[in-house]
Amino acid sequence: MVYFIAKRLVQSLFVMLAVAFLAFSLFRFVGDPITQMTGVETSVEDQERLRDELGLNDPFAYQFARFTGDMLQGDFGFSYRTRQPVAEMIATRIPATLELGVVALLISLFVGIPAGVYTALRPRGAATQAILMMTLVGVSIPTFVIGIILIFFFGVQLGWLPTFGRGGTVNLGGWDTSFLTVDGWRAIILPAITLGVYQLTLTMRLVRAEMMDVMQSDYIRFATARGVPMGRLYFKHALANTMVPVITIIGLQFGGVIAFSIVTESVFQWPGMGLLFLESIRFVDIPVMGVYLVVIAFFFVLVNLIVDLLYVAIDPRLRIRDVS
Amino acid sequence: MWAFIKRHEGLWLFTRSPAVMIAAIVALAIMIGAVFAPWIAPVNPYDLASFSLMDGLLPPVWEEFGSERFLLGTDDQGRDMISSILYGARLSLIIGVSAMIIASVLGVGLGLAAGYFGGRFDAIVMRIADIQLALPAILTALLIDGIARGILPPEMQQDLRVAVLTLAIALSLWVNFARTARASTFVQMNKEYVQAAVMQGQHPLRIMFVHILPNILGPLLVIMTVDLASAILLEATLSFLGIGLPADSPSLGTLIRIGMQFLLSGEWWILWIPTLFLIALVVSINVLGDFLRDVFNPRLR
Repeated sequence: MVYFIAKRLVQSLFVMLAVAFLAFSLFRFVGDPITQMTGVETSVEDQERLRDELGLNDPFAYQFARFTGDMLQGDFGFSYRTRQPVAEMIATRIPATLELGVVALLISLFVGIPAGVYTALRPRGAATQAILMMTLVGVSIPTFVIGIILIFFFGVQLGWLPTFGRGGTVNLGGWDTSFLTVDGWRAIILPAITLGVYQLTLTMRLVRAEMMDVMQSDYIRFATARGVPMGRLYFKHALANTMVPVITIIGLQFGGVIAFSIVTESVFQWPGMGLLFLESIRFVDIPVMGVYLVVIAFFFVLVNLIVDLLYVAIDPRLRIRDVS
Repeated sequence: MWAFIKRHEGLWLFTRSPAVMIAAIVALAIMIGAVFAPWIAPVNPYDLASFSLMDGLLPPVWEEFGSERFLLGTDDQGRDMISSILYGARLSLIIGVSAMIIASVLGVGLGLAAGYFGGRFDAIVMRIADIQLALPAILTALLIDGIARGILPPEMQQDLRVAVLTLAIALSLWVNFARTARASTFVQMNKEYVQAAVMQGQHPLRIMFVHILPNILGPLLVIMTVDLASAILLEATLSFLGIGLPADSPSLGTLIRIGMQFLLSGEWWILWIPTLFLIALVVSINVLGDFLRDVFNPRLR
């Protein structure tokens, strides 16, 4: 167990180092930091002196080590565009993106898992056919179009829900949450559905496939023969055994949720990290791009680590194997 | 003719599925319209002299105030919507198809080599593929686009926009090809014809491309179709985000982005007609991809 966790931690560390290296290369080789910092009237000697002072003439490995060290201490440098500390810019945007992502994931799970179970148990039903048809369409329509359609119907035609921004937020110790105001909840519904639809179809298809597999297995037949009540059979015995692949997918989906939140945030003008990243690309704001990558990778690694630990909690067989 | 169709199972299946036939007709119609846009489209939307503000915001012909000169209406500049869409689809398809071709050449080449040589080369290629697979394609494409913006001098940015976009999309889609080609190559490596070729001392490149490649084309064709749809979607998404093509040479995604400004006013056609066009194109390519998968993978039928 301890060995397993330690191994995963070391792996995660290597992934983070690789991403930090990528961010560093971006920063170092895409465009010249000096020309970004100085104006046209700065003389060549001054530029060279600045280059020396900033340590840009030091050996490459040394520069990378210093870059990583600064990052570990929370020093992410300054934005080329706004001249603000990047750490601050990203930190104020993190709550918006994470809350959006969490609500989207919850929607995809709370709709996707029951729908997957239902379509697996009644494979020939009319409702099943309709649901499967809808998921096919859902996969083919791009995220931004789903957003536009939702805005059009619920925002413009019916006028029920706001179509941009986060609504009211409450500051909880530096974390701006929109979960504590009615306004905030109303604002998060449309973007979260937009972001969740694609994940929902994935979750549903996976649960359906796994469920159909499990229902064929001997222990389910045996439990049926023993007269275990249907509800208990489906949800306790069958569904529990589909959870390991489902949790894996949730971990993998997190990357997708974050990436597609760039699109969703752009459609709904949601003030999260994705919108910041888009702006940084448009203005070639390399420090922000690099730090965004590192932050995303960090969340990604963290979620996957948690997923691995959850396996052990959910599947007792893994614990036994570990002991042996 | 009928006997010929019946003998070829794929073609026969094709005539039996109305959804697939409709998809094929829609995809073909859009592609023909896009390829021949300069001859079919009523006006050239890139030519500023061809439209006038006086014709701005005219609705499609079946609506009140519609004009027969503009069957699908005009945008706020007075540009004919049909022409904009045909030229837009042309750009979307040019970028989508070239990105797909670059991705397949790169991916299949690397995958074949990885499967053939195995060992360390295989390990390196597959690790890179794994890392890229963890990043969603859209993030990769955005990053490559951002890097290109940083490296290229500003005066070249406009001219190279299409090339940069194509490359960004291609480099985010090659992994699928590489993985499939590698897996199929592994299967072929154990077959006698490959071993015979190796014994004869034929050149590895010849074995890979002349002997193995034709035998793994089936699954690759499926991926090509699916990835063409992905490439078109990626381009549309990037252009919608304002990272892709600019407003003076709009692709379908750019047209949708422009149409978003009219979401709150009554001019629905500026937004919804390009959107419908994009969905029809992508859905029909996806349906064709599903069909091809069934043809090449009889077990799933």
